[in-house]
Amino acid sequence: MAALSIRTLSKRYANLEVLKGVDLDIESGEFTVLVGPSGCGKSTLLNIVAGLDHPSAGTVEIGGRVVNDVPPKDRDIAMVFQSYALYPSMTVRQNITFGMECRHVPKAEQDAAVANVAKLLQIEALLGRKPSQLSGGQRQRVAMGRALVRDPLLFLFDEPLSNLDAKLRVEMRMEIKRLHQRIGATIIYVTHDQIEAMTMATRIAVMHRGVVQQFADPDTVYRYPANLFVARFMGSPPMNTMPARLEADAGGPVVVIGAGRPDEVRLRLQGYDAAAPYLGREVVFGIRPECIAEGNRVFSGDAPIVVHAPVEMVEPTGAETIVLLRLGGESALARITPDIRPPPGTAAPFALDTRRICLFDPETERLIA
Amino acid sequence: MSNAAAIRPGRPALPEWVRRLPEYLMIWVPLLLSAAHLVSFSLWTIWISFTPSTLIPVSGWVGLRNYSAVAASRNWQIAFDNLLLFGSAFVLLSLVTGLALAILLDQRIRGENVLRSVFLYPLAVSFVVTGTVWSWLLNPGLGIQKLVHDLGWTSFKFDWLIDRDMAIWTIVIAAIWQSSGFAMALFLAGLRSVDTDIIKAAQIDGAGPIRIYRRIILPSLWPITITVVVIQLQFAISTFDLVRALTNGGPGIATQLPALVVYDLMFQRSLLGRGAAAAVLMLLILLAVLLPYAAWRYVQRRRAAHA
Repeated sequence: MAALSIRTLSKRYANLEVLKGVDLDIESGEFTVLVGPSGCGKSTLLNIVAGLDHPSAGTVEIGGRVVNDVPPKDRDIAMVFQSYALYPSMTVRQNITFGMECRHVPKAEQDAAVANVAKLLQIEALLGRKPSQLSGGQRQRVAMGRALVRDPLLFLFDEPLSNLDAKLRVEMRMEIKRLHQRIGATIIYVTHDQIEAMTMATRIAVMHRGVVQQFADPDTVYRYPANLFVARFMGSPPMNTMPARLEADAGGPVVVIGAGRPDEVRLRLQGYDAAAPYLGREVVFGIRPECIAEGNRVFSGDAPIVVHAPVEMVEPTGAETIVLLRLGGESALARITPDIRPPPGTAAPFALDTRRICLFDPETERLIA
Repeated sequence: MSNAAAIRPGRPALPEWVRRLPEYLMIWVPLLLSAAHLVSFSLWTIWISFTPSTLIPVSGWVGLRNYSAVAASRNWQIAFDNLLLFGSAFVLLSLVTGLALAILLDQRIRGENVLRSVFLYPLAVSFVVTGTVWSWLLNPGLGIQKLVHDLGWTSFKFDWLIDRDMAIWTIVIAAIWQSSGFAMALFLAGLRSVDTDIIKAAQIDGAGPIRIYRRIILPSLWPITITVVVIQLQFAISTFDLVRALTNGGPGIATQLPALVVYDLMFQRSLLGRGAAAAVLMLLILLAVLLPYAAWRYVQRRRAAHA
């Protein structure tokens, strides 16, 4: 059953169009992440789903019911805010029970529900405290407790981790994911952090300028980005993209980077049949930094493809070495093993994984293959 | 300015204390002068209150005789009772009025800026002006009662100004008119500082507007409420010019207030010692309000520092 269906939804403020005909179908039990740069309309979309904002056109269906005219409290949703939005004058327990109090749930039931949620989130010891006496991570837990206790059809998370420090963010990320696996709730999670999207989502909706660019599972979004925006937004460091030419050769299509230059790079492609119409034309060549490695790395499969390329800069991160190099005159980032540090200004051998190359149409910026 | 001069190239750097001299002078001279004024005159008044001074200050020691005389006088007793009534009614009503105005202004209405200025404007008017204008408005033969009579409702009666039992309420009315805008401004700032996400969360939780105000917004206003109460109370305790202009303590001594008693004793009956004693009593009442407030602020700050 579709937990949430959004149909041709648009939102305009005066002369600013924030959402331009968004369509989304989210299945029950899915962890959907809406990700995009700030101002892409993801928070507006979430607010419209919550009923805190109204669409200019289109419909929102929750659990098979059109809710355009249903107030937030009757939409069977719960929301976790970036600022946590805990009620400052109430204790943690009162924060959690406030919704039930408004719905006139009997006291005994309230107590049982609080005990349940407090145990799940390990906040039993905090129930008597005020929000001002809690740390950031504890506030985050309480905010989730307040949402969980409602047992709604749909959980909405609005950048819930962006106010936490880096270490705590990673912990809470895992915890939210574990929670989702345990209770099987349907979650819509808004973030600008593509790592959160990749690690937590069962499906990612990448948004840009009020349009959903791609809606697919994380592996697909990463491996087959629908267009250049998605390719450059997802992944850190992002995918290397550069202009190239697709040429026909006896053995199949060949990508030529920096055609005509003395250091041009020619890469033979296999299994890129969809690229056939682009033979002899300009394309945008995309390759992930982890697909460029030190010269003796063997990417499983056929004989390794090794190019000698000039090294411009080296960034050791500890876990790996990031190398800025030139491929046929175009700059590209490579991720190589940490103990290899090719000296800048010299040429070094690099192995390329040509099975995971992406080609984009330079006009439409869409993925060709 | 002195810092800018110091970093200008080509000039020898001045020593630190010379560069900061204007700042020190700006801060310390006025501070020391006003502190010296406040402390020395307070101490002098306290000393006078223990002397038999009448028209001019004289030395001597009469113990608490001035105090017992003031406390036993009917004038002071009425003034003290009036202060209790006026203080509590004025503070309570100006809180309620200010809060109501703030909540109404907070409904995203048009012309908010204009209305806010209108309600805040009385604060800019001198108490003497407020008192005089209200004494005209409340004068039965001149103001509201006359207006309603002229409109044809001749049995209408509104003569609190000359009614012994009700006259104190005319001061309450004028004081509220003057200062509820101040309470409104503080409350409005408090209402505006409530995080909108919290309101959204409450809406999703199913709370209606009344419950949102009662359970979430109003409880977050109580630090502001305490500040407003303390400021209004200290105004109430030291009220002088408003009463002087509006009723001058009358009819008879029905609207006497402590500050009027001090003035009366010191400058009309030339009983300097007793007047000083009454002034010290006023100071004690003020301290009874301000010391708990200072203690509360201290505790709050300690708690904030620990959180």
